[in-house]
Amino acid sequence: MLEQILVLLPQVIFDGFILGFVYAMVALGYTMVYGVLELINFAHSEIFMIGAVVGVEVFRYLAPHVENGFLLLLLALVLGGAISGLTAILVERFAYRPLRKRGTTNRLVPLITAIGVSFILQDLVRLIEGLWHNEFFLRMRTVEDLEGSVELFGGAIFAQNKSFILMGVSILMLLGLTYLVNRTKLGVAIRAVAQDLSTASLMGIDPDRIISRTFLIGGSLGGVAGVLFALQYTTITPYVGFLPGLKAFTAAVLGGIGNIPGAMLGGLVLGQLENFFGTYLPILTNGNFGTEYKDVVAFLILILILLLRPQGLLGQVVKEKV
Amino acid sequence: MSALSFLLSLAYLGLAFLAPGALSHLLGLLALGVSAFARLSPGARTLNLALLTLAFTVGLMGSGNTLGLIGLVGILVALTTLPRIPTWIRALLGLAILLLSVPLAGFANTFIFELGIQIGIYAAMALGLNVVVGMAGLLDLGYAAFFAVGAYTWAIFGSEQAKNFLQGEFPLPGEYVYLFMLIAILTTALTGLLIGLPALRLRGDYLAIVTLGLGEVVRILANNLDHPINFTNGPQGITPIARPPIDWFREAMAALGVRLDQTTDYQLFFYLLVLLMIGLVVLVNVNLANSRFGRAWVAIREDEIAARSMGIPLLPTKLLAFMTGAAFSGVMGVIFAAQRTFVSPESFTLLASITILGMVILGGMGSIPGAILGAAALTILNLDILKSFSEFVRTSLPQIPSQVDPAKYERLVFGLILVLMMIFRPEGLIPEKRHKAEMEEA
Repeated sequence: MLEQILVLLPQVIFDGFILGFVYAMVALGYTMVYGVLELINFAHSEIFMIGAVVGVEVFRYLAPHVENGFLLLLLALVLGGAISGLTAILVERFAYRPLRKRGTTNRLVPLITAIGVSFILQDLVRLIEGLWHNEFFLRMRTVEDLEGSVELFGGAIFAQNKSFILMGVSILMLLGLTYLVNRTKLGVAIRAVAQDLSTASLMGIDPDRIISRTFLIGGSLGGVAGVLFALQYTTITPYVGFLPGLKAFTAAVLGGIGNIPGAMLGGLVLGQLENFFGTYLPILTNGNFGTEYKDVVAFLILILILLLRPQGLLGQVVKEKV
Repeated sequence: MSALSFLLSLAYLGLAFLAPGALSHLLGLLALGVSAFARLSPGARTLNLALLTLAFTVGLMGSGNTLGLIGLVGILVALTTLPRIPTWIRALLGLAILLLSVPLAGFANTFIFELGIQIGIYAAMALGLNVVVGMAGLLDLGYAAFFAVGAYTWAIFGSEQAKNFLQGEFPLPGEYVYLFMLIAILTTALTGLLIGLPALRLRGDYLAIVTLGLGEVVRILANNLDHPINFTNGPQGITPIARPPIDWFREAMAALGVRLDQTTDYQLFFYLLVLLMIGLVVLVNVNLANSRFGRAWVAIREDEIAARSMGIPLLPTKLLAFMTGAAFSGVMGVIFAAQRTFVSPESFTLLASITILGMVILGGMGSIPGAILGAAALTILNLDILKSFSEFVRTSLPQIPSQVDPAKYERLVFGLILVLMMIFRPEGLIPEKRHKAEMEEA
């Protein structure tokens, strides 16, 4: 058994990284919105799903016309990011802003709204895809350029080109976002709003505009993640966002919610753990417990983290004001 | 004004006799709206409601169109919410609707029994969740997990399933349903304790996410515990599940002069059983709300830190709320399993949890009539309105592709309801006093 485990290990770690980068990219969106509004934007899973669907559609319609696979992917990423970002802005404008304007103190109200929005988006996409193609079960078209693969370490790891693209893009996203938040004027404004919304508005910042942009950035990142997810895992439905969304939230909490490098780290740790258990549980238990239990592992990690280190791996303790 | 509404009600009564159906029911709903919202004297209003009850019953017996059931639900709501109606009339009319009108309509169209039973099961669960969310302010997104535990508690022992890991005579005879309703209280309360002990140390959003995750864990377990030992039979679910024997019930009904046949006997029995359970649950709910624990829950909901400073032990008090809600759900799970004679993990998804939460929110958090109204509204919407709308689309507009079948867009409708309620009326349709004050203050 041990031998079997060791033989598989490099591949398991590599696949864990891919999964981890997907979670990390989605977790960035959760963390951004949470950092500014302290809102768990449940609908972010659906923003991610919309990105994935746009990716599939772009490949379906443009693949016969665009020769170069990398150019095609770039188009899909841009379109997926744009449409997802736009959806995020609309969601903020029509679902969250009215609540903010009324100034409810009850924390349950925005959370329930977010769940409602997420249901609406799932079925809207299903409706559109149903009308368009008469089915909503989508498969990503394969494009030759992106399907190439290499074998690393004497065949211990089988790696596809698209996996490297996924990792590269997510690292770029992390760096870009860190730069944006720490070094640009918009970043300063975002941090100011996150710190104290009413004081920021006294300093000449329009909080609505900044929040809108935060949603745009978070949503676009989610959309880009969705396109890459569709490319990597190929089968997409309108309900595909739920589990990755929940895991990404777990990742954000794991890393310390509101903390951008933390979201990245949390995603990677969670991806590794999940892939590890997903692969080895059947082997370790002689097939008695299957891969399905990997989701259970993710939830148990979430609970443990929240109980033992609620501020997350990289987060800071916030003192409760009385 | 009162003459007009009286005439409207009379006109509907006549129409219900002569031409029962969807159109006459629509007139009835209009008449109900007028007598509920117009400025009427208490006497005229009471008379109107009584007339309408009679008319809806007659109409339902004539056609079995479920719009009439919506009318009856509307009258029940009017009876519980409108002021200055004498209490004995409220009680009399309410009982007449529940014990006479609905069964009479059920004999005309057995789907009405089915609808009544489902509404009842969900109403009892909404009342259970109301203790957790409405009173104690703990957002639980995994409530269907307890329903699942209750349902599987009886499903496993009330079918051959238990033979896979136990020696003995299975399925257990149907009489054991009653015993298992008690056992389910224990198993679900225990599950509530297991889930609550870690989860309830968290607050607000985190609690919501963790209960959501744990609810998913229960569903994954139900889906996969068919190996290495077959407990739940996996995705296929368990069937047939034993039902309680009801010979005594048939005899009692025959003594009353009611003739039951194969299709209606169990329907009527479960309908009455569910009504009884709701009565009990409401009783427990009212008593809890006025008890030491009820006040402690409200205190925690309003301000956790202040409550703690006043010496309320947080974790045990919250756990009690969680376990109480779980126990209600567990009992209804047993009834659900026995009534359907089939359970599968499909009935206990996140959508089910959110639907029950939607019922509590739609009705008004913390409000008992609200939870029941919410359950009625969402169940009718889901089982009846969306389905008949689908049928209408399929028959009269066949050129529309089946992918646009309205019955498939349950989530869309729920989502819209949740979002619109949160924006326009977060206190719910029948708000509880304290919640209403809180929302207005904000």
